[in-house]
Amino acid sequence: MRHILSILVENEAGALSRISGLFSARGYNIESLTVAPTEDPTMSRMTIVTSGSDDVIEQITKQLNKLVEVVKVVDLTEGNHIERELMLVKVRAAGKDRDEMKRLADIFRGRILDVTDKSYTIELTGTGSKLDAFLQAIEPGVILETVRTGASGIGRGERILRI
Amino acid sequence: MELTGAEILIRCLQEEGVDYVFGYPGGAVLNIYDELFKQTRVKHVLVRHEQGAVHAADGYSRSSHKVGVALVTSGPGVTNAVTGIATAHMDSVPLVVITGQVPTAAIGQDAFQECDTVGITRPCVKHNFLVKNVADVAVTIKKAFYLAATGRPGPVVVDIPKDVTQAKAEFSYPKTISMRSYNPVTKGHAGQIKKAVQLLLEAKRPMVYTGGGVILNDASEALTRLVRLLGFPCTNTLMGLGAFPGTDPQFTGMPGMHGTYESNMAMQNCDVLFAVGTRFDDRVIGDPAHFYRADRKIIHIDIDPSSISKRVKVDVPIVGYVGDVLNEMVKLVESSPARPDGAALKAWWAEIKDWQRKDCLRYDRASKLIKPQFVLEKLYELTRGDAFVTSDVGQHQMWAAQYYKFDKPRRWINSGGLGTMGFGLPAAMGVQLANPDATVACVTGEASIQMCIQELSTCKQYHLPIKIVNLNNRYMGMVRQWQEFFYGNRYAESYMDALPDFVKLAEAYGHVGMKIEQPRDVEGALREALAQKERLVFLDFITDQTENVFPMVPGGKGLTEMILAEEL
Repeated sequence: MRHILSILVENEAGALSRISGLFSARGYNIESLTVAPTEDPTMSRMTIVTSGSDDVIEQITKQLNKLVEVVKVVDLTEGNHIERELMLVKVRAAGKDRDEMKRLADIFRGRILDVTDKSYTIELTGTGSKLDAFLQAIEPGVILETVRTGASGIGRGERILRI
Repeated sequence: MELTGAEILIRCLQEEGVDYVFGYPGGAVLNIYDELFKQTRVKHVLVRHEQGAVHAADGYSRSSHKVGVALVTSGPGVTNAVTGIATAHMDSVPLVVITGQVPTAAIGQDAFQECDTVGITRPCVKHNFLVKNVADVAVTIKKAFYLAATGRPGPVVVDIPKDVTQAKAEFSYPKTISMRSYNPVTKGHAGQIKKAVQLLLEAKRPMVYTGGGVILNDASEALTRLVRLLGFPCTNTLMGLGAFPGTDPQFTGMPGMHGTYESNMAMQNCDVLFAVGTRFDDRVIGDPAHFYRADRKIIHIDIDPSSISKRVKVDVPIVGYVGDVLNEMVKLVESSPARPDGAALKAWWAEIKDWQRKDCLRYDRASKLIKPQFVLEKLYELTRGDAFVTSDVGQHQMWAAQYYKFDKPRRWINSGGLGTMGFGLPAAMGVQLANPDATVACVTGEASIQMCIQELSTCKQYHLPIKIVNLNNRYMGMVRQWQEFFYGNRYAESYMDALPDFVKLAEAYGHVGMKIEQPRDVEGALREALAQKERLVFLDFITDQTENVFPMVPGGKGLTEMILAEEL
């Protein structure tokens, strides 16, 4: 099953490689990983999307907690949460496809950030599956370039991850 | 007053009460060595290879409960030390390893003797640091000792660039330290402890299974009290030998791949398994699926939450220092009106006694060749079970674990997790320095001993009267045994050809060498060696080449699928 782990970690050189090293050393998989400092510059927030049985996820969580620089770990998928990912996609948009592409971007609430006479660069935000759906909706041949941030997540309601 | 980074470092070591640093100098640590030279409180032991430095610090720590300290230079100093660091990491030994680094400006420039120490050691340390600012030296050393010794212990590497050891800062050593990201759970959950005690008191076929965690946490006394109070059978893993007295009638011997028949049968057939400071290692429980087939409840106490339910699902997990938890349990058992089920326990012990009648550790005592088991039995007898015994890795290690009955913790020192050949001799140096008046024996084989043989020179320099018991069968014995059992007697590269004359070798290093070829000479030789209180004696026992370690659970098999001696 897919899990989204939110991790608070000391904003120190090497913390990222400790965490990614843990995943590779123990054979856990990383679907995506994002990291950036929080409002407290001494701390970073990392979101890792991974998958595995309940036992594997339990081990991952325990192993992460064991790392000295990890302050807190939460499995967002254990409760209600919001998940968002940003995608920038450059598509061919010429001739009759141009209007169609604009309409499709609108349907997915995408924004066109950059335009040339042959292409659009579309910004799209949503869950990973929404971004997948958009890529599936357009013809594979027109996609020139895709870049995705990987998921970030936050708990719904009063659920808060901080120290 | 401002001090240099090197002065600060030495002052920190003094503050921590460090009496020995095991190390080897080199360019990047010259400032540190210069400061070591100027004082006398912290003594330095010069090894002959950095691997030996870390193993020696490791042996020092295991036999004394103090944090071991090693000091090596950058680049090859570090890469040589890695085996020692990984060894300590696998066995949770608290070490602080200080490594020199090229000056900060040179980092990343492929400088002479540069390597990415923090990167290379990251997967085999509890934590590591690169100190880029002299103002951080003291607090980092404080953190390093704190991290190494608390929670689940382990090695901590502190990498210090040369310019940082030269730069100056005000020195003050922090009295205490707290880290918001490091707060191991040390106190067991009261409700869970209660549940565990209840389960133990209701058990019909209980088994106590304890590991290195009991020794690391100095919890032997609490364990022994509890086990005697309950009257349950008890087994100690390779890492846990000595936690419960080896001569106690409730002790059933070691479990696992080369464990006793009775311990393995009891582990498998019990209805309540009480696991303490142990991690259900593959060498202990064999195939987890087979192990899990048996219907039993498992209680597991460990300081490391990630050790719980990692290989085997447990029913009552308790996270905390095992000593505290065991003491709590003793109190609860003592105050509880309930008592273990005497009748059930009697029947269970009768079953265990039946298994013990297999006499799974018997061997051919009438042999005309020296049996390695016989040497170890004699060593045990002549040292009255009171020696510190280090070992290397292989058959001799298993025989030492099987035939030397350890009544006290911290007496049996071996590389159980990583299985590092070459560990025994340098570890014995650390043990001897920590216990100057004790008898220290290094049980080894002719293959293992050659992996760190250079340390004989260190032993000479520091007058370490270690007794080296070399069980010389001219083979990498354990490799040969696997080849005999599982590879159709094809002994690929396991024969030790062109062996040195160990007697002459010992003499060349300034020690005493003895070669023993007849069973009747074993006892006399050991007596003579043990009487040489001031000298290192290298005892080269020429043993039966065909001897194998029994019982044996083949790799990947279930715990009760043992090969016994008579089955071959």
